[in-house]
Amino acid sequence: MTLEYTQARWNSDDEGYEPHLAEKNETSVDTDDVPLPDGLKRDELTLPELSEPELARHYTRLSQMNYGVESGPYPLGSCTMKYNPKFTEDVAAHPAAGVHPDRSPESVQGTLELLARLENQLARIGGMDAVTLQPPAGAAGEFVGILIAKAYHESRDDERTEVVIPDAAHGTNFASAAMGGYDVVELPSGDDGRVNIDALEAALSKETAALMLTNPNTLGLFERDIEEIAEMVHEVGGLLYYDGANLNALLGRARPGDMGFDVMHYNVHKTFATPHGGGGPGAGPVGVSEELAEFLPSPHVRASDGGYELFEPERSIGKVHGFMGNWLVLIKAYAYIARLGDEGLADASAKAVLNANYLASQIEYEVPYGPFHHEFVASAGEQDAADVAKRMLDYGVHPPTTKWPELVGEALMTEPTEIENRRSLDQLAEAFDAVASEERETIETAPERTTAKRIDQTEAARNLRLSWQSFDDGS
Amino acid sequence: MTARNSHGSPFAPHTTEETTAMLEAVGAESVEELFDIPESVRFDGEFGIDSTGERELRAEMRTLLGRNDDLTEFLGRGHYDHYVPSLVDHLADRSEFLTSYTQYQPEITQGFLQVLFEYQSMLVELTGLEIANCSMYDAATALGEAAALADRVRGTSGSQVLVPELMREERRSVLENYTEGAGLTVETYPHDDANADVEALSEVAGEETVMVYAESPTVRGTIEERLEEVADLAHAHDALFVLGSDPVALSVLEKPATIGADVVIGDAATLGLGTSYGMGLGLFATREEFVRQVPGRLVGASTDAAGERTYTLTLQTREQHIRRERATSNICTNQAWVALRTAIHAASLGPSGLVELARECLEAPVDLARRLDDIVGVKAPVHDRHHFREFVVRTDQPAQAVRETLEEYGFAVHAIDEHLIQVCVTETNREKTDALVTAFREAAR
Ligand SMILES: Cc1ncc(COP(=O)(O)O)c(C=O)c1O
Repeated sequence: MTLEYTQARWNSDDEGYEPHLAEKNETSVDTDDVPLPDGLKRDELTLPELSEPELARHYTRLSQMNYGVESGPYPLGSCTMKYNPKFTEDVAAHPAAGVHPDRSPESVQGTLELLARLENQLARIGGMDAVTLQPPAGAAGEFVGILIAKAYHESRDDERTEVVIPDAAHGTNFASAAMGGYDVVELPSGDDGRVNIDALEAALSKETAALMLTNPNTLGLFERDIEEIAEMVHEVGGLLYYDGANLNALLGRARPGDMGFDVMHYNVHKTFATPHGGGGPGAGPVGVSEELAEFLPSPHVRASDGGYELFEPERSIGKVHGFMGNWLVLIKAYAYIARLGDEGLADASAKAVLNANYLASQIEYEVPYGPFHHEFVASAGEQDAADVAKRMLDYGVHPPTTKWPELVGEALMTEPTEIENRRSLDQLAEAFDAVASEERETIETAPERTTAKRIDQTEAARNLRLSWQSFDDGS
Repeated sequence: MTARNSHGSPFAPHTTEETTAMLEAVGAESVEELFDIPESVRFDGEFGIDSTGERELRAEMRTLLGRNDDLTEFLGRGHYDHYVPSLVDHLADRSEFLTSYTQYQPEITQGFLQVLFEYQSMLVELTGLEIANCSMYDAATALGEAAALADRVRGTSGSQVLVPELMREERRSVLENYTEGAGLTVETYPHDDANADVEALSEVAGEETVMVYAESPTVRGTIEERLEEVADLAHAHDALFVLGSDPVALSVLEKPATIGADVVIGDAATLGLGTSYGMGLGLFATREEFVRQVPGRLVGASTDAAGERTYTLTLQTREQHIRRERATSNICTNQAWVALRTAIHAASLGPSGLVELARECLEAPVDLARRLDDIVGVKAPVHDRHHFREFVVRTDQPAQAVRETLEEYGFAVHAIDEHLIQVCVTETNREKTDALVTAFREAAR
């Protein structure tokens, strides 16, 4: 049953697997007819010039040399690579969605109502009192959380300097806290892979502005002591921040607001199935408790006699995006949530957790920590996890996230999501097991069946060529 | 074959039989058993969200969005609408692109990597700078990132970021949030008839200055005429000169690198996306010497084991997943798919199409301003400058009232001051200019 797979490979000569646009045809156009004085305009513009059929073929070929959720299993841990329902694309493509941000609120009541509805959905799902949709990704949501924590403490004349973050947290947590000007206090995980209460005790102080926590954490484990953790953080006057990357594990079963979290971000390109787009766009709405609502970014939506209006919250932190974030993504998130409803959302989590547990039970690699939820972190043991991932590509599946979290040696962080059926989970398991039993030479030289063979990362960094112009320099 | 549970997620494929067999394999009686959540924090309430069928939901959302008034927008001020050809939608929506994620495994994602490499290359040509990253969230966050870069690369201490008097408030607010943590403060330098007042700038700039920012076209649509002097002034204080622009304007304006720009930021989604209620694509380009300080992802060329030219994400040690609190930025998920759209749109125009589009952006406002100027009680353009897409109009009547009347006639324009209106004209609304002029005549009375 193992998948037989060979990825498209269109060309193989000096011009790589497909010539780039400028190699296909490039032209220089002068600006003689441009009504500007010489000092203000450029002399010429040199760019690719191709016809529509040529371009259609160019991008179709490139798409064939790419792998998405619809190509096959994509159990990339922490990224929640769900199927992206087609109808949400059609809804977002509605011409009335394409309005300008400076339209008067009275003339975009449909847009404002949709935003208000989505805020309401998210507040209920997270158990929060108010939600902003402005952050354009999870990391931007974290940054909002940090800015809100700062504004909150400053409003109480209580300047704090530290943010506490578990060692296994995502890199963005550390970077977002630093962007807000905070010192990061790293919290070592306990032997069971969860927050160690003694270590937390030692890390918390009157300097603690916030503790940032992912729950279930990046090992897929629920922080069982969450109530005690919340109490400890609040005891020293800090805020508790919830990184929503793993919310797909909890839908309908537990809510951050009920656990004592004061601020959270939702990761809609994960939990709510908006497409990842080859790296983005996503959206990272932030929910807060009532006490923190006055600090939310501006503009914010609210109901006003029969309609909706935009306003600036009393002590708003200002803005983290030029307007309202990734609006087209927000439309898709609303549509997904409305399509699933209570039961569908709860079922998504149930099947996501079932799939992770089933897959883990079918593979030979050891999974040191548990009980996990929607994802598990296996160890490649003596093998190099990066090599394992490369070899898995040959079996027609996307590999897990590798080498993170570091608590597990040679980590294979695996999140199949609810969209895989048993058959494709079995295929994934076969891919894992096939690679587990393979010789070192085989996996070190993999992949074979993808468009490109193993790519030299060192060369890319040493001999930097970041544009086609750099090819002309003879390098 | 048993049926799938009709109450579950329509996007979870399990049959009841399958679920049972899988539970057996993991040794659990029920799925609930797999949740390791203490009783005290279990949620046993309801969200109160009803599931809606696809057909009903599409109809409902069509009605909802249909509540937006169908106005012809003459709006700009940093968010621009250009016609996006069908080709862009169809190619960008190919699922291999749309449903993939960051290219952590370059061997299986050569297609998207090449797209991003091509996007970077087009920006290199447009800006004249050697390095362009493959996206920031939008122009405002790109500006914030530029200030953070300026702060990092500066040898001596300093805390002042200088921005023009005329710019979008939103952009400035984001900039303030991005720089406050680093201890920087944002201050303003004035404009003189919507052109940087270099003399006044030289008074506020000093050894504390870390960065000087200018935009061309400005938020009022004027083309800055003294950028070289601004750049020289910034450099005299060991500060970076950061320029805000967009890919259409850059197709004809003097290359930023030639003027002395160290960083170019802007909304690249001016091509590829339209205004989309402010959703954008942060353009970020800079000089080669700062490559290790660049925020966000970079695609570079390399070679694979078969000896072929390939592409891969590179210099990742700058990024948050490796460098954590010492990373150049916290950005992870970016706007890659918008960059794909922008690249396809730019490629479909080609250099001749881009120059032609930019030429229209220079001519159309002159034309429309002349016609509005003929109206009694209206002066246009207010600024004696070259204009790109848009211009400011002075009205004897209060601008807010003029705007509201125009809205009743089906037109959206900006009211930017008590007696100032701003109007933006591109190929998407050009056919409606006759009607706008007629309505303006009524509104300005
Ligand atoms: C645990 C965790 N936190 C935060 C993030 C950051 O989210 P984003 O990529 O949307 O900025 C991610 C994902 O990439 C994540 O996996």
